[in-house]
Amino acid sequence: MRADRQEQDLKFTRRALIMSGLGGVAFTGLAGRLYALQVLENERYRLLSEDNQFNYYLLPPSRGRILDRFGVPIAENRDSYRALLVPEQAGDLEEALDRLAQYMPLSDYTRNRILRTARQQERFRAITIEDDLDWQTFSAINLNAPDLAGITPDVGEVRAYPYGAAFAHVVGYVQSPNDEDILNNPREAERLLRHPGFRIGKTGVESAREMDLRGSAGALKTEVNARGRVIRELPDQSEPPEAGQDVVMTLDADIQRFAHERLGQEAASAVVMDVNTGELIALVSTPSFDPNLFVGGISVRDYAALRENDHNPLFHKSIQGTYPPGSTFKAVVAAAALEHGLVDTSETIRCTGSTRLGPREFHCWRRQGHGSVNLHEAVKTSCDIFFYEMADRLGIDRLYDMAVRFGVGQEFDIGISGVRSGLMPNPAWLRGRYNEPWTTGHTYNVGIGQGAVSMSPLQLAVMTARVASGRAVEPTLYRNALARPAPYIGLSEDALNLVRNGLRSVVHEPGGTSFSLGGLGIEGVEMAGKTGTAQVYSITAEERAAGVRDQEDLPWRLRDHGLFMCYAPADRPKYACVVVVEHGGGSSAATRPARDILRRVVARDPSSRAGVFADISNSRRGGA
Amino acid sequence: MAVFRETVPRDLQGKLMELNWTLVLLLVLLGLAGVGMLYSVGGGSWSPWALNHMIRLAVGLVAMVVIAMFPPRFWMGVSYPVYVVALLLLVLVEVMGVSINGAQRWVDLGPIRVQPSEIMKLAIVFALARYYHDLPTEKVTSISGLLPPMMLIGAPAVLILGQPDLGTTLLLAATGVAVIFMAGLSWWFILVVGGIGLFGIVGVGLYGLENILAEYQMDRVRAFTNPDFDPLGINYHPNQAVITLGSGGMTGKGFLEGTQSKLGYLPEMQTDYIFTALGEEFGFVGGISILAINALIMAQAVAIAVSCKSPFLRLLTIGITTTYASYVFINVGMVSRLLPVVGVPLPLISYGGTVVLAVLAGFGLILGAHIHRNAEPPRGAGLFG
Repeated sequence: MRADRQEQDLKFTRRALIMSGLGGVAFTGLAGRLYALQVLENERYRLLSEDNQFNYYLLPPSRGRILDRFGVPIAENRDSYRALLVPEQAGDLEEALDRLAQYMPLSDYTRNRILRTARQQERFRAITIEDDLDWQTFSAINLNAPDLAGITPDVGEVRAYPYGAAFAHVVGYVQSPNDEDILNNPREAERLLRHPGFRIGKTGVESAREMDLRGSAGALKTEVNARGRVIRELPDQSEPPEAGQDVVMTLDADIQRFAHERLGQEAASAVVMDVNTGELIALVSTPSFDPNLFVGGISVRDYAALRENDHNPLFHKSIQGTYPPGSTFKAVVAAAALEHGLVDTSETIRCTGSTRLGPREFHCWRRQGHGSVNLHEAVKTSCDIFFYEMADRLGIDRLYDMAVRFGVGQEFDIGISGVRSGLMPNPAWLRGRYNEPWTTGHTYNVGIGQGAVSMSPLQLAVMTARVASGRAVEPTLYRNALARPAPYIGLSEDALNLVRNGLRSVVHEPGGTSFSLGGLGIEGVEMAGKTGTAQVYSITAEERAAGVRDQEDLPWRLRDHGLFMCYAPADRPKYACVVVVEHGGGSSAATRPARDILRRVVARDPSSRAGVFADISNSRRGGA
Repeated sequence: MAVFRETVPRDLQGKLMELNWTLVLLLVLLGLAGVGMLYSVGGGSWSPWALNHMIRLAVGLVAMVVIAMFPPRFWMGVSYPVYVVALLLLVLVEVMGVSINGAQRWVDLGPIRVQPSEIMKLAIVFALARYYHDLPTEKVTSISGLLPPMMLIGAPAVLILGQPDLGTTLLLAATGVAVIFMAGLSWWFILVVGGIGLFGIVGVGLYGLENILAEYQMDRVRAFTNPDFDPLGINYHPNQAVITLGSGGMTGKGFLEGTQSKLGYLPEMQTDYIFTALGEEFGFVGGISILAINALIMAQAVAIAVSCKSPFLRLLTIGITTTYASYVFINVGMVSRLLPVVGVPLPLISYGGTVVLAVLAGFGLILGAHIHRNAEPPRGAGLFG
């Protein structure tokens, strides 16, 4: 019995040891598991837990401003007042919106958007009710804040263009980036680009200088709980956003606005340039559009109206429009003929109104002819016959070389996209393009700026500036404190002075094609200019028979383009101005606006004597 | 040779003198660790959990000592009645139980709501201990002697399985099997049953687990075997638990410095996931310390079981120890992703009055077994003797 008892005790002890052994194995397993997790893989889990703990809120940078040459903002950031809704604090959302509706209009569309968003995201996340509220609504919401639980007034930033349409083409506008923009940007910018309300430059300077203007995003480090609620902000561990750089333009906001208004609703463009440095003072294209409309997203109807307008408001005519330079080109032909010694001031050529070249007859614009004209007279009266002869003497190759020296057909990089280079034709081009041999007839046409010659208003301005200053100016759009006068073009001053005298006589001598202008309108300051007409449509013999005599009788689309290039002061050139009026029916449509703009520019120049003269802003159309 | 006392203390003073203070100290240590962690998880505050836990500990410790005073004859007497009551409650659950989270596990008894399956865990130990106490030694290894305990385990197991609660069923069966094993089940029988079990597992493997388990159980298995399965759903909390533990490192982030536990990445941090908070704030050192204290408690309990003279006290102690051990293993195994998710608290550290009281009551019985280790209550004294 006792042995049996001992046997039982031993058996129990043995089995208790087995059980303990199993327990020991289990404990070892758990301890090993803890060691693996906490010691061996600690680094990995530590990072994961930090990921859990912190969230980085993107702080968008302030976009750099775009300033005119005097520091006046052309594009700036304006505070945007908005109302946010935090569903968690609002209680019943419908009721909260009803209460808000007493102070601001809420469309059904907006209401549904808010309610839908509220259902989709955490209740503590803010929803934008409406952006860009007017001050009255915003203050009403602020004032009634106690009554509007869960509705928070907030201030953000939105791009603003104080000059509206005046700079629309050159400065461009910003918009929310689309998928393509995001693809075209560096990977690391994606978060910023996808940030609600963030906008990037789409056109003009806003697009060209995007990287300077954008700045870089900051990050606000916050501690969050598992649901993403911010427990606290850690500003000392956060990175502030870096604001974008301001971009300073060579443009003068006052001149730009004036030019824009002066051109009115014509399909026209104006370019004003410093003839020594090439700085662009104004670059205008009309009709224009309000870039502010694009910032918030333009309506389909407004956009369609802009697209369908036959005056092409979306088209940047001053750099993208190309036109035959017409008679303005004669300045180049005259300079070339003088430079090559093919004519002197005394030689006269007889103009009977037409000249025969083989079977073809070439006309002067003045059917009854100019009689005997020398170079000075020919420039002044824009005699075509004289310039047919000059072109013939030069030949296309020398003509081509000289045109290129004046910038014709050249591509100028002014730092925004879309600049067109126009065309200066020559035999090689004609053969390549149409497989036709070059004839003297072609040379004749080039001699009066017709045929295939085409130039943008920007190029016309460069040409004017180069004639005026004798310098190989390149147009620039961005202010550079170190800007220096361009090097000389390499033509003799004597030749250039003869051309300049001719151009001065256009305005200031009786018989000049623009004599009726009456000059610049600033006492003591003379200007020089040259008219040009680019033919769009030839009035046929039948039409002439049917009574169509004048451009006025043609439909708008078929009327000639009017061009005028000018500069002032005539004796010490400083500013060049070019105006092109599409389908203006002739050069006269362009001369007055160009003169008025030039006068404004000269008057604003503190070094000009104009400063002491009476306010001229009222005599916009009056002339003198 | 020193006089070796082999008597049983009869008066209260004598019994208190015999209290196993080592075990009491270890339990108090564990309880205080719980208070500390609940203070931390509560955001560095005594409310809502730490103070309550402290009070419950105090009440539980007093109850534990009181329970330890009762003689084994008393517990033998209530063994079968407790089992019968627990079984009836299980039937009651089936008939008029309260359904929570799709499983019918609770029954309303006036002011209190009890979970009969939890009572059964203790009751089965009582019943089996009592049964084997009365069973003649030679019959322990026989098949006929094995039938009644199979039924004692089988009846509640079927009822709990039907709730459905697979986890508790397995726990109950494991506890029962452990007691039967300790009672002296013959090895050849164990081999045969083990063989059949192995055969069964292979069969299930061939048949395909998905044909046996319900879809939600299959999802748990998939989630367990693949951390990337449904990472924001079924696997979110298990994965976060591992991050919480793992981010603690060797020595932890420091008391009250846990970020995972404070920021709500885990639900019910104060109950089932408390060990992860401890691992986060005190690291590997802290976790291993808790495991060590538990190991000492279990070793102490097993030593008490071995020192007991009567089969009843031995098996009672072993049964309770097994249940306790399984809580610890399963809880720590679950939060460290060594086991699938099972809702089991960490004894004395997790917040929860029932668990604290039940665990301390259990240790009251073990302490009682220690005091009465030399007692030899008669065997075969009839059902309620």
